[in-house]
Amino acid sequence: MLYSERVMDHFTNPRNVGTMDNADGVGEVGNVKCGDIMKIFLKIDNDIITDVKFSTFGCGSAIASSSMATEMIKGKPLSQALELTNQAVVEALDGLPAHKLHCSVLAEEAVKAAVKDYYDKNGIEYDKEIFAQTHDCEHCGE
Amino acid sequence: MNRIYVDNAATTKMSKAAIEAMLPYLEECYGNSSSLHTVGQLAAEALFKARQSIAESIGADIKEIYFTSGGSEADNQALISAAEMGARKGKKHIISQKTEHHAILHTLKKLEKQGFKVDLLNVDGEGNVTPEQIAEAIGPDTALVTIMTANNEIGTIMPIKEIAAVCKEKGVLFHTDAVQAVGHIPLDVHDIGCDMLSLSAHKFHGPKGAGALYVRKGLMPSCLIEGGAQERGRRAGTENIAGIVSMAAALKEAIGNISENTPRLIAMRDRLIKGLSEIPHSILNGSIINRLPGSVNMCFEGIEGESLLLLLDAKGICASSGSACTSGALDPSHVLLAIGRPHEVAHGSLRLTLSEENTPEEIEFIIKSTKDVVEYLRNMSPIWQDLQEGKRKYVIQ
Repeated sequence: MLYSERVMDHFTNPRNVGTMDNADGVGEVGNVKCGDIMKIFLKIDNDIITDVKFSTFGCGSAIASSSMATEMIKGKPLSQALELTNQAVVEALDGLPAHKLHCSVLAEEAVKAAVKDYYDKNGIEYDKEIFAQTHDCEHCGE
Repeated sequence: MNRIYVDNAATTKMSKAAIEAMLPYLEECYGNSSSLHTVGQLAAEALFKARQSIAESIGADIKEIYFTSGGSEADNQALISAAEMGARKGKKHIISQKTEHHAILHTLKKLEKQGFKVDLLNVDGEGNVTPEQIAEAIGPDTALVTIMTANNEIGTIMPIKEIAAVCKEKGVLFHTDAVQAVGHIPLDVHDIGCDMLSLSAHKFHGPKGAGALYVRKGLMPSCLIEGGAQERGRRAGTENIAGIVSMAAALKEAIGNISENTPRLIAMRDRLIKGLSEIPHSILNGSIINRLPGSVNMCFEGIEGESLLLLLDAKGICASSGSACTSGALDPSHVLLAIGRPHEVAHGSLRLTLSEENTPEEIEFIIKSTKDVVEYLRNMSPIWQDLQEGKRKYVIQ
């Protein structure tokens, strides 16, 4: 099979699917041309992610990566969410095929983008280095 | 789980007749047709009969059939043969079109690197190329025109008879990749008027690993695989006797069933198109009229094809998509892009290719399941939300 059981589980029973009214932070990454867009909504209380939702347009691994990433940051402090790496998502999913690693990168970036949005909205100072774009889509250059 | 196989353009299940035809050549008559002893000569005789049967099936002469390992090899051999024949006369221009199979497109790329000039004609919104376009593109140095009989993704049947007539009039060789058409629609090489034609056994309930190239008498195909004198010196390697015999049986059976199967397939195909078209913001890809009897290809806006396929598979439905994610490529199907679908719409495509084994009940189940899955995926798609909220404009109305 193309995907691990973990990936199939998170794809067929995704956790935290949905949108959120009055989210404290929203991050959207990806490109429609490339076939995947990930959007993450955060509810934040005292620097803790108390709730998280996602909506994703993309393949099985994009949906599974979103689901896993939201599980990994739910209930965690923002500092910890910002430390989430795509490798950690891949490991938690018991691996992704090489040409799908891009999906886990999107998940990491969507989380960061949502936290950044929260910081920006609330005028919170942050180290810009954390949000430096680490990844360029080799397809569209975005 | 009950599986519903609707990916017959990818490959087909072997028919009973094809399997039975093959078994004696695995178990008893396993000889090498080049051997002089009885076991070898039994194989040689089977090879002769299979060649005769396949020739008859497409209206060719026995000497015009060259066995290959399948459609891709036949396509490679046809194009390289025509290129070499052309080059000898100083003709180094080849005409094709954008929705061809990669066996054609990649061979043309290779020829381009060797100094040939390749023109890939645009197709219209249904995936058609016209004889007029061909006539206009042909120049004094044109060595070959190659146009597929029917498209593997969107099922559009090309006007190859008219195109062949244009080529004949201008004295240009014409090859057609008929891999998706042979055994599915009536075809006769003389009626078409082609110089070369490729076919592949596993597309008409024969085995994988067997195919053939028809080359009109008077033309000498180039040899791509050097070695022994098999295939009259044009393709070395001990023949795949079991596969070839089985291919002949499968083709004979498929052609014999065309008139009975076609109306059934068309009825199921059209029901599927009608049912899936009820999904809002969906569109049929390819021609509604000039279409292979079992071929359906639709795009659904706001979703991605791989996740659609995986969820259909979970319901037992085996289908295919032109989404980039399903192929590991970065771009979605070149065919869908060629007919003008934007990337985001092409990613959301679904191909369902039927066989006579499918039933109307299965078709209803596919319609219901696809509707459910599309709705489910749209509900978790940020693009769909944007479309619904008017933040993004629908591409498919």
